[in-house]
Amino acid sequence: MADFLLEIGCEEIPARMIDAASRELRERVAGLLGRERLNAGEITSFDTPRRLAVIAHRIPASQSDVSEQITGPSLNHSYKDGQPTQAAISFAKKAGVDVSQLEKTTTPKGEYLSARITKKGRAAAEILAENLPRELASIYWPKNMYWRKPNERFVRPVRWIVAMLDGEAIPLEFGGIKARNLSRGHRILADRQVMIPRAGSAYVDVLRSAKVLGRAEREQQIRKALDVATSTISGACWREDKTLLDTVVNLTEFPSVVLGGFDPQFLQLPEEVLVTVMRDHQKYFAVEDASGKLLPHFLAVLNTDGDSQGLIRHGNERVLRARFNDARFFWETDQKKSLLERLDLLRHVTFQKDLGTYYEKTQRVQRLCSWLSEIIRQSGMAIRPGVIHKAAALAKTDLTTELVKEFTELQGIVGGLYARVQQLDSSLPEATRFAIADAIYDHYKPESTEGDVPRSMEGAVLSIGDKADTIAGMFALGLAPSGSKDPFALRRQANGIVKVIDKYKLPLKLNEMMRDARAGYQGSAAERKFVDAAAFEESTQAFFRERLEFYLKDVLGYGYDVVNAVLAAGADDVVDAIARAEAVKQVMHMPEFAAIGAACKRMRNILRQAEEKGIKPAEAFEGLADSPPEEKNLAAYIETYGPRIEEHRRKKEYSDALLLLSSARERVDAFFDKVMVMVEDAKVRANRLALLRTLLKEFSTIADFSEIATEVK
Amino acid sequence: MNPSSSNPLTFQELILRLQTFWAERGCVLQQPYDVEVGAGTMAPETFLRVLGPKAYKVAYVQPSRRPADGRYGENPNRLYKHMQLQVILKPPPENVQELYLESLSAIGIDLHAHDIKFEEDNWEAPTLSAWGVGWQVMLDGLEITQFTYFQQCGGLDLFPISAELTYGLERIAAFLQDVDSIYDIVWARDPETGAVVKYGDVRLADEQQFSVYNFEAADVEKTWKHFELYEAECKALLDTYNESYKPNQEQELKEVELRLDRESIPKRPAKSRFPLLAAYDLCLKCSHLFNILDARGAISVTERVGVIARVRALAVGIANAWVDQQESEDDVGGGTMESEPVRGRLPKRKAEKLAPVGS
Repeated sequence: MADFLLEIGCEEIPARMIDAASRELRERVAGLLGRERLNAGEITSFDTPRRLAVIAHRIPASQSDVSEQITGPSLNHSYKDGQPTQAAISFAKKAGVDVSQLEKTTTPKGEYLSARITKKGRAAAEILAENLPRELASIYWPKNMYWRKPNERFVRPVRWIVAMLDGEAIPLEFGGIKARNLSRGHRILADRQVMIPRAGSAYVDVLRSAKVLGRAEREQQIRKALDVATSTISGACWREDKTLLDTVVNLTEFPSVVLGGFDPQFLQLPEEVLVTVMRDHQKYFAVEDASGKLLPHFLAVLNTDGDSQGLIRHGNERVLRARFNDARFFWETDQKKSLLERLDLLRHVTFQKDLGTYYEKTQRVQRLCSWLSEIIRQSGMAIRPGVIHKAAALAKTDLTTELVKEFTELQGIVGGLYARVQQLDSSLPEATRFAIADAIYDHYKPESTEGDVPRSMEGAVLSIGDKADTIAGMFALGLAPSGSKDPFALRRQANGIVKVIDKYKLPLKLNEMMRDARAGYQGSAAERKFVDAAAFEESTQAFFRERLEFYLKDVLGYGYDVVNAVLAAGADDVVDAIARAEAVKQVMHMPEFAAIGAACKRMRNILRQAEEKGIKPAEAFEGLADSPPEEKNLAAYIETYGPRIEEHRRKKEYSDALLLLSSARERVDAFFDKVMVMVEDAKVRANRLALLRTLLKEFSTIADFSEIATEVK
Repeated sequence: MNPSSSNPLTFQELILRLQTFWAERGCVLQQPYDVEVGAGTMAPETFLRVLGPKAYKVAYVQPSRRPADGRYGENPNRLYKHMQLQVILKPPPENVQELYLESLSAIGIDLHAHDIKFEEDNWEAPTLSAWGVGWQVMLDGLEITQFTYFQQCGGLDLFPISAELTYGLERIAAFLQDVDSIYDIVWARDPETGAVVKYGDVRLADEQQFSVYNFEAADVEKTWKHFELYEAECKALLDTYNESYKPNQEQELKEVELRLDRESIPKRPAKSRFPLLAAYDLCLKCSHLFNILDARGAISVTERVGVIARVRALAVGIANAWVDQQESEDDVGGGTMESEPVRGRLPKRKAEKLAPVGS
């Protein structure tokens, strides 16, 4: 047994890529060891910005020998007159055994000569040196490079490699670098080669003495240092931010923290701006008081062991001051031109190269939003007058502001903040102005599946209208997302639409909405490049069906059979689909529905076969004098219960409708037991087919139970 | 409190130190290129030198003009024209990062008293069809250098690749001198009298006047005209090069020459003398004029993508021709240094003469 160590020393690996690459390297080493019968006792990984390492504890020094049976010529050809033939002799020679040691094997094809041979296990060092370069070259990087040979790619240039079995380096070579037992310490704090005495946990200890810590240790050290630094301000705490923490953990080999301050006057700037500058641009943690209010301090994570002379704090404060000054300068400059005045500037901002400018988009979104508002208003839901139209007009104007040009991630938010402080229109009451501001502020929401939806109905409508317009334009150009290609994040935007519709329970039909969104492009230059309306409808329908399916399954947690059954009965109305899914979930465990599912499948098959043979159902079912009682019973059921079920359905009382439907089970079963549908008599046959068609329609307008049939026992 | 020492470098000392440092490591010290560029990368010492197989090391200061970044001299952190110190190491030595860090020590930064990070930042220049991967080097939270391993330039894969170090000189000087405004940077200090000349004294007028020109005064129609003239001239040169030196053309020409009396026809110019460098200057002019038009708000959205593509087409065309010219330098140049061009093969002169820009 031996311990194996592999360390790839590299120029600084991008922070965002380290975790995944480290995991992948560990899996690749584990996979290789497994395939080569060199299974380790335990495999650990170690990574910093300048190295990816794997330690495989207790692997065999070499593969064990294996005994193997190999098959030779058929027995018929192996002996002649009791003497081995030339074929048998050659086989024995090839197998390295004496002819007398050959055995016979019976296979399905007949009897063959065979030999048992022993395959000598190879040394671990040899196997690893031979195979690891291929594994290393296969690691996935979102963006890689070459520096030596064009076909030799890695994330950044590899500068050293340690590959050892216990105390011995193994002859591994990758990227033109031969493995040795020499690693390197921290770039500044221990800028030297570091001898690794042996593979195993000694490696981690040696690196620690060279001021290089593993991931978990760095995270712990940063958290502790953040706490300590913050404790010097009474009542303060640092603002938890997992993404930021992961980033700084992967930007450091030996982290420490410095607390800095800024002029409290900057607190007059919106918190959104200050936090964005600190977090996104400077990678600083924000400091807040007990009530969550921002304090004029920040925490910078350093890749060194402190700041004894205070120079680092001073430098960081200087940079932040310049950034905040810039932000203030941008804020003040931006006020010189109101959002209203900026509307015209949108004529110069491209939305998408074929879809024209943001000015044109604004006009389309305005129209679309007023149409959506009308539908919502007609359903009796409240929308404040005069808000959406104005908000839609101004929503994109912040793209022309200096602040958004500098901090693009604040689009929408900046517009909302400006709308709040600007006199948009002297006739507007303040409450309306604030409602407009909030709608603009929120209109990019939700930013992700977990993200918040807009706070107001007006924001919700604007959010939907803006996204629907983008999706419609892109799909009309034939630019639907495919695979991992979704540069306009259309999937995220469609997910957003579905979520907002659900949260606000909006009576919007997706298909109609998309048709109207497309109509917004009528007469534009883009229209010449559009696919035809039918292709558009087909692709957007399939796209939204997928998004709704995702939402029902992954966000709301409905089972896939429920989702399939519900969407088969319609995927156009989000709120309705969710209500149906909930109802189906309530009843699907009942045995009646298993039976009904089976019956639906049967009805569907019969109707399909009839159609294939060109046999048409009658216009409507009519009671015939000689109908068997089962047929009459079933028809009577539909007549009695049909209107009641329909009434429930109309009121969207889907559980009640389904419960009523379940009472049909016995009659359906009896019908299929006793009555033959595809009889010779054309009139009877057509009549029965009509009955089935009516019944199937009753059953499948809420959910297609044949999708569930096999799942429920 | 000064971050480096009690006696920080002046702006010009900073430049001198960095130049000395890189000269001592084998770099050719070039002078700033004398055509307007947006970045040191665009100077031919980078754009053309990174192409092809020849090793090269060079360092130079490049004043870089970005018309849209002008702020009339009112913003303490932003400039229409800033200075880069550009270093190209082709191929990059294995210890390129260590060399870079040494250069920081050389300008008085004690690395043990500061926080240095290499944070991912990949560079891309669509107008040059060039890109690379690398980092922004952060010093106490300040981006002081762009460090790039070039992968492609002019649409061509590079071999060997080059490392490009671009020092932001104003930022570094402001850091060393601990001033909050670029205009307060001490540019020079008279050793006898101690009198200082500040960045603002030297450059504020440029910032004010060029901001006015780029945002307000530049005549849009004439600037477009200039753009088109430079573009046409550049294209004509490129077309001539491609017509004259395409492999099959060369064969035909040789045959023609064989058939004709050698004495009666002037020989075509040596390929190595073909003025691709002039074509590149014309391309740079186009790029700068585009930037002025952009700052002036004169490029409509529909035009913008197209204009960038036009500049890129020139840059890519020149890069390809340049590589071709470099490859065949030996076999064309040798012995037959003819200055007289083949009739009809000279780039056709347009009837209208170029307006003398800048005079």
